[in-house]
Amino acid sequence: MSFIIEGDTGDWEVVIGLEVHAQIISESKLFSGSETSFGAEPNTHVSLVDAAMPGMLPVINEHCIEQAVRTGLGLKAEINLVSVFDRKNYFYADLPQGYQISQLYHPIVGEGTVILDLEDGTTREVGVERLHMEQDAGKSMHDQDPKRSFIDLNRSGTGLMEIVSRPDLRSPEDVGAYLRKLRSIVRYLGTCDGNMDEGSMRCDVNVSVRKVGETELRNRAEVKNVNSVRFAMQAVEIEARRQIDVYEDGGEVVQETRLFDSVKGETRSMRSKEHAHDYRYFPDPDLLPLELTQEYVDNIKAMLPELPDARKDRYMGDFGLSSYDAGVLVAERDTAQYFEKVAEGHDPKLAANWVIGNLFAVLKEKSVGIADSPVSAASLSKLLDLLKDDTISSRIAKDVFEIMVNEGKEAAVIVEEKGLKQITDTGAIEAAVDQVIANSPEQVEQYKSGNEKIAGWFVGQVMKATQGKANPPMVNQMLKDKLK
Amino acid sequence: MSKLTDLTIASARDGLTAGDFTAVELAEEHIKAMEACRNLNAFITETPDIALERAKESDTRRTSGNTSGSMDGIPIAVKDLFCTEGVLTTAGSHILDGFVPPYESTVSSNLRNAGAVMLGKTNLDEFAMGSANITSYYGNVINPWKGKEGKDLVPGGSSGGSAAAVAGRLALGATGTDTGGSIRQPASFTGTVGLKPTYGRCSRWGVVAFASSLDQAGPMTRSVRDAAIMLGAMAGHDAKDSTSAPVDVPDFEAALSGDIKGLKVGIPKEYRMDGMAPEIDGLWSEGIQMMKDGGAEIIDVSLPNTEHALPTYYIIAPAEASANLARYDGVRYGLRVDGDSLDDMYANTRGEGFGDEVQRRVLIGAYVLSAGFYDAYYRKAQRVRRLISEDFMKAYESVDVLLTPTAPSAAFAIGEKMDDPIAMYLNDVFTVPASLAGMPGISVPTGLNGDGLPLGLQLIGKPFDEETILRAADVLETAAGFSAVPGGEA
Repeated sequence: MSFIIEGDTGDWEVVIGLEVHAQIISESKLFSGSETSFGAEPNTHVSLVDAAMPGMLPVINEHCIEQAVRTGLGLKAEINLVSVFDRKNYFYADLPQGYQISQLYHPIVGEGTVILDLEDGTTREVGVERLHMEQDAGKSMHDQDPKRSFIDLNRSGTGLMEIVSRPDLRSPEDVGAYLRKLRSIVRYLGTCDGNMDEGSMRCDVNVSVRKVGETELRNRAEVKNVNSVRFAMQAVEIEARRQIDVYEDGGEVVQETRLFDSVKGETRSMRSKEHAHDYRYFPDPDLLPLELTQEYVDNIKAMLPELPDARKDRYMGDFGLSSYDAGVLVAERDTAQYFEKVAEGHDPKLAANWVIGNLFAVLKEKSVGIADSPVSAASLSKLLDLLKDDTISSRIAKDVFEIMVNEGKEAAVIVEEKGLKQITDTGAIEAAVDQVIANSPEQVEQYKSGNEKIAGWFVGQVMKATQGKANPPMVNQMLKDKLK
Repeated sequence: MSKLTDLTIASARDGLTAGDFTAVELAEEHIKAMEACRNLNAFITETPDIALERAKESDTRRTSGNTSGSMDGIPIAVKDLFCTEGVLTTAGSHILDGFVPPYESTVSSNLRNAGAVMLGKTNLDEFAMGSANITSYYGNVINPWKGKEGKDLVPGGSSGGSAAAVAGRLALGATGTDTGGSIRQPASFTGTVGLKPTYGRCSRWGVVAFASSLDQAGPMTRSVRDAAIMLGAMAGHDAKDSTSAPVDVPDFEAALSGDIKGLKVGIPKEYRMDGMAPEIDGLWSEGIQMMKDGGAEIIDVSLPNTEHALPTYYIIAPAEASANLARYDGVRYGLRVDGDSLDDMYANTRGEGFGDEVQRRVLIGAYVLSAGFYDAYYRKAQRVRRLISEDFMKAYESVDVLLTPTAPSAAFAIGEKMDDPIAMYLNDVFTVPASLAGMPGISVPTGLNGDGLPLGLQLIGKPFDEETILRAADVLETAAGFSAVPGGEA
């Protein structure tokens, strides 16, 4: 799907690359044993290393390495068996060492791929340039005191994976699809919880524009402070428009870092020239090069869970689901697991319709995630059992589901209590049919004179007489036979 | 009985075992000496209370028959670069004002576990940057050896306080750290033994970092045997230091067999430099003869990249230092000098907190790492460093150890070379190559110059083969029969 912005001088396209910082799920930090939990009292998860006390040394957390390798494999990327940690030097109050340990020259993960699932059901590949590990900084709080800033070092030293995409994205929709897909992959892998609102996944958006047909890239702006998928999509649109205006007013876009302001709906220049950073990267002499064996990587690979793309293929191939439905169901691991539980022993398409249609509507209405669904997968599955063995009809099933949502009861209990059990007893149905025919000579006459459309009216009457419980196919058949 | 302060670690150990004296008596005598010799300015912090307490504990252990290690009851000094729990740790810098670590460095902790008794924290060049102990915020250290007409001399650096304390009989041994010669050169200047182990032999955890890829802790003592004993107590793999080597600690003292028959001793021709002082050259020749007399085979070798070692060192060490010292920013500990903005606070704190030499090296380091210069300086220096290492490994194909002078001169007067950093840097010309290559090196006092000042020779060995250089050093020490002491009394 192309995203073209019309300008006064012609059509423009947008070129976007994303740098995503994903906080590694790990009990302790990248180079120290401190805890990493979110939301603790300030400065309570700070080791001597995190506070950069004199003489303290970093020791790599093996679990974080494993998580980075796992993520790399999930991105179908090459794993570099030798990688090196570098120091990125800059001064800031929430950076105790005065440098961040990162991987500039030799990252742990090389080129990979993310497949975007677009709204129209199509897919598109986006290149991943690299993934490297680095330390997070602490937090500066400038709003606690009129004159001073406060520092919280709880986050200092937490492990991050920086995932850098190729400039392969072309629209806000692409950006949304990329972020959602990346989030889905890391959540499947259990390597990052992907919560952008808690800052455990953050992104910088590199945006440039060019005339449609141009092949060279123009200067880009790096837009920071984009802390939701929606903001990322907005930021692209706003920044692209700004750059087009600059060009069309005869100006030049400068390569710079800009800050996204979601309230004002604008981006603004962040750093002035005199603060242009020279990070003076060099290999960290406190750490040896990180060397992995192929066997180590292969072992991690063997333990990878089924990832969203493979799962989607399976849903389409084995279950015959559409690309769109399959994509929706696999996006969150919880949803996929829920769906599979419901689908077990039932028609997968029917199960998909129930999950995507009826269940999603309820979740949306109640603003809850599938983990907090008022109807569990087991309960929904039991409802489908009742449908399957003709205990209830589809129409009644919808009513039962609504009651399940509101009252939290099991389907069978509701059917029993409310007497919703489908009538499949031929005698009972026949009695109702006979009654309706006997009471409607006029309509019988019409039917016999060739107005077969009126058959529906008879069905309705019988259903009404049985409070909707009569088995519809049986009613149809019987009416047909009796009206002959 | 000779004075307790004149003992070696080995003889004190024997005396304690025999019950000739107690650890408390030994500590008391050293505390007296430390207090009597404050004019040397060897200590930044004296810890007599800690010394007496630990000496008492040692005596208790000994009485109950459970001595804790090879140095139980031995009073030592600790270079003030090692963080010591509850005791002011300064690195010789204003910027660490009032810094009392809540942790103990691995090396000083190992020594404590071996029973050693800490007398205090010794003076040093600021952040271990210097070769004369004249850059300390806490003032110059005076060499116990005097120049002509009683002139005050430097003790060398950066472990000048430790060297002065050991030479001046204020401690039986002391820890030092060596980045480019900071143990070996002051040992040579003070007539003591200084051993820089192989990089990775001793943990760097809790040692204030100067240049991480070079820094290495080692012992400073009055005999080779003492160095062997003390190294055994300091060394060992430490999971908290990723560069610490997972190798076993041998019984170094057991290596002192007195026998070097057939030992291949290499004499690197590049160490015979233009304009070298005749007394250094002469001493070197004497040392070669001593080795030969002991039955060693002398082999001429070449370390062709020696001349590049000093410039390489003065790129790599400052580069690492510029990042290592970034943490001293006034935010969390030590000195803070306020300013109108965060940047001002940094500038004020670091401007006042760091002395000239430290600032010079931080600037050099930032420069060689900066965009556009990195390849020409830092990357090239790393390549040359590899060549220097290869020189050593190649030489070791034909020899077991190398014998060289330790320093190009004897101790000089305070005030000399002060205005010329390059002349000062040349002090380390013989020690820096082994540092860059990570090789172990030991300086042994071998003779006196015309002014009666001590001179040392250096033995450089293969990686993690401290045993061989200790064995050779022991023979050299015996042959040299170095018995002079500062002040002239024997």
